[in-house]
Amino acid sequence: MKSSVIIFPGSNCDRDMDVALKKFGFKNKMVWHNDNVIPKSDLVVLPGGFSYGDYLRCGSIAAKSNIINSVIEFANKGGLVIGICNGFQILIETGLVTGALLRNKYLKFICKNIFVKANKTQNKYFNKIKKDILELHIAHNDGNYFCSQDDLNSMQDNDQIAVRYCDSNGEISENSNPNGSIQNIAGVFNKKKNILGMMPHPERVIDNCLSSNDGSYFFENLLSNMK
Amino acid sequence: MIEVNEKIAIDHGLKKDEYKKICELLKRNPNLTELGIFSAMWNEHCSYKSSKKHLKKLNTKGKKVIQGPGENAGVIDIGDDDAIVFKIESHNHPSFIEPYQGAATGVGGILRDVFTMGARPIANLNSIHFGSPSNKKTKSLLRGVVQGIGGYGNCIGVPTIAGQTSFDESYNGNILVNAMTLGLVKKDKIFYSKAAGLNKPVIYVGSKTGRDGIHGASMASAKFDDKIEEKKPTVQVGDPFTEKLLLEACLELMRDDSIIAIQDMGAAGLTSSSVEMASKGKLGIELHLDKVPCREENMSPYEIMLSESQERMLIVLENGKEKKAKEIFDKWNLDFSVIGKTTNSKNIELYFDKIKVANIPIDLLSEEAPEYDRKWKKSKLPQKIKFSKKDFKNLKITDVLKKILASPNVCSKEWIWEQYDHTVMGDTIQKPGGDAGVVRVHGTEKAVAATVDSSASYCYAHPLSGGKQIVCETWRNLICVGAEPIAITNCLNFGNPEKPENMGEFVECVEGLNEASKYLNFPVVSGNVSFYNETKDKGIKPTPTIGGVGLIKNYKDMITMDLKETGNIIFVVGKTEGHLDQSIFAKEVLNEKKGPPPEINLFNEKNNGETILKLIKDNFVRSAHDVSLGGIMTGIAKMCIKGKKGINFYKYKGLIDKFGFFFSEDQGRYIIEVKKENVDKVIKILDKNSNHYDLIGEVIEGNISINDEPNLSVDKLADYNKDWLNKYMVN
Repeated sequence: MKSSVIIFPGSNCDRDMDVALKKFGFKNKMVWHNDNVIPKSDLVVLPGGFSYGDYLRCGSIAAKSNIINSVIEFANKGGLVIGICNGFQILIETGLVTGALLRNKYLKFICKNIFVKANKTQNKYFNKIKKDILELHIAHNDGNYFCSQDDLNSMQDNDQIAVRYCDSNGEISENSNPNGSIQNIAGVFNKKKNILGMMPHPERVIDNCLSSNDGSYFFENLLSNMK
Repeated sequence: MIEVNEKIAIDHGLKKDEYKKICELLKRNPNLTELGIFSAMWNEHCSYKSSKKHLKKLNTKGKKVIQGPGENAGVIDIGDDDAIVFKIESHNHPSFIEPYQGAATGVGGILRDVFTMGARPIANLNSIHFGSPSNKKTKSLLRGVVQGIGGYGNCIGVPTIAGQTSFDESYNGNILVNAMTLGLVKKDKIFYSKAAGLNKPVIYVGSKTGRDGIHGASMASAKFDDKIEEKKPTVQVGDPFTEKLLLEACLELMRDDSIIAIQDMGAAGLTSSSVEMASKGKLGIELHLDKVPCREENMSPYEIMLSESQERMLIVLENGKEKKAKEIFDKWNLDFSVIGKTTNSKNIELYFDKIKVANIPIDLLSEEAPEYDRKWKKSKLPQKIKFSKKDFKNLKITDVLKKILASPNVCSKEWIWEQYDHTVMGDTIQKPGGDAGVVRVHGTEKAVAATVDSSASYCYAHPLSGGKQIVCETWRNLICVGAEPIAITNCLNFGNPEKPENMGEFVECVEGLNEASKYLNFPVVSGNVSFYNETKDKGIKPTPTIGGVGLIKNYKDMITMDLKETGNIIFVVGKTEGHLDQSIFAKEVLNEKKGPPPEINLFNEKNNGETILKLIKDNFVRSAHDVSLGGIMTGIAKMCIKGKKGINFYKYKGLIDKFGFFFSEDQGRYIIEVKKENVDKVIKILDKNSNHYDLIGEVIEGNISINDEPNLSVDKLADYNKDWLNKYMVN
């Protein structure tokens, strides 16, 4: 299985994603933001970081970069595209997924393990994961997901809510919401569910010696769907 | 141009006789640009004129030392051709004036020091010290500093893996921000700052030069007065995004051997970087300042030479490599300009539009810089306080513990480190909050542990003991995570060296830390001195900060402090003598601030540490923690909180008072958790190595149980421990 990770100036989880993809068997290539073409891939990943410094709204400049047109084209043809953290912000800025990511509710950067419940129906990202509650990791300043009521209704109707923050018992509540996201939303799909944008970093939790190993389920499941 | 005179020299922070010496050495009066250069190179920050004499004595050599002090950072060997580059540096004065930018650029500066040497930064640490929590500035300074450290480190993508925060009223008008970085490099790919060869192109790369930070180095060597807010324009502004690009571009250029020498533009910017490179190579350097990329119009040679704009590097390149190097910097959208060359004149010669604007022999700026043998006052060991049973009469151990866990200097600092990205790069295996932070050496079985420590109140009470104590504490913290301690870096934060009391604190702290460093074979490989930490003539408590680095051969053998399984037995290794003077217990509970700090017995320190490492190697240690602030009881409570377990204490039968036993801060002690079936084997090893030990209790679920007092729920204790800072920052 072939994957491509896009490097924007200011990306800083590109290597971590490369390491994770390779660990689980992807043949990964790194793609420079100034290139125009994505090499032949089954999966494209927009990694975390601070693309172009994020001095403007997070992800907004990356959404106008050279490479992004071919990412959009790839996605529109049904290719699998993941945006993690800054990558999620970029997906939102390109319009590939719906919503907005605001400053965290308490105006602080948050770096910690969190629990999520993933949507397992009809998508290649979480469908066969046996565990109901995943312990993943967040590290962001602007992850407070927001969208209009209409958009929320339509996404719910289409089953596009991908991941929601919960506590270790699976309870989805205000207490288990780290950043103020509407409906505890940590990640969303596009309508066809080939695109996933989410704030939690699965690539940082892929070994028992790290703060969790639950990211491994994500990559294993993804790979098993692509074979 | 303004005619230079003595008054202008004094305004530049030079002393009368220093100005006289400059004129004598030059055999003429300097012009303004030259005066600016002298003032930057001769100030305390760059010249180490008050500290040099004492720093020369430091123990800087060791089998694993590849590079000691004198370079951008120190380098140690961690085997398999891998090396760790590390250093700590202060950014105190700017952080008090403008906490966000001051702290952010502190992180940026230390990162540059490390990647200048060819190393990819793999971990950041910091030691930050604020005034009393009740001081009206403390909260906003703390918030700004934490956001600044996070803002920079998070963006550039280097994990912040450990740190230290303290509060003390002596920092009310002068906070401390010390930042440390570790980088990883292959032994044969280390880059140095020594220029070599004639007519080699001198290249400027990175951000453009602006008027920010002009005279930052002089400010760092001045004391604060009421007008300090007016200094805001001299605080540099950081741009972590550009630094990230600069990091990647430099590492890309470093893949082959285009670079002869490289130096970041830190304090005193282009001045110190060009002078240092030429001075080390015993060469001259010629710079054309009109070629320096500027972001503001009409910048004068004086301003260009003294700007401390961030994210800039100076490189001496091999001839013919300019084109290739430029392509790399173009790719990363960074400025690149050939601004001069190396010469055999042994002078720094500056031109602007082909007109010579300065010409100074390099020697006068480096070797001829003043060096002082400042007067210093020896301090006496304070008399020991005689605590009596009466002092403890109405106290309960559980109440004392609650109070200590919620005290500002012991409470959990999670509010702080949750704002630092501590997991980026995917190799953090021990996050902040433990004895040391640990990261894997990417792609290998090895891991590197790092810690940063300081104990200002011990140093203030008795500088010599305090200096020793910090080195020992650093050593212990590394051992507690199963790492073999290798070397240290120091950040020496002191008051005014022109005052014999402050100078004495410096001299004796350095002597103490040197003694411990020698005894423990724990050499100093890099460091920084920050003097004039005083406001309105009141100095801070002496605060040497020590950053220690150690190696874990296989990361799977790392130890953490959280208690693991019920039924395990808790040992305290090292002798508890009941020394309460200067302890948190004495200060917070008995309100007694006098007395000597705990004594350091280096023999026991080394012996206990080595035995603990042996026990860890033999796989007998389930968890470990050193005994520090708040003594055994506080240490155990933290292990319980982390592990969500409790302890049932055995009935205390010792000779010293139980408060002395549980809360004293005697040094050289460790708490370890051992499986029942291994207790006899552990005792045998401890006996064989003549280590004193006490068996104090057994791991249970959920409570701390001390026989004649009510049980304490560990969950509740965790809240006490965490709440203080959360509430303080929210209210």
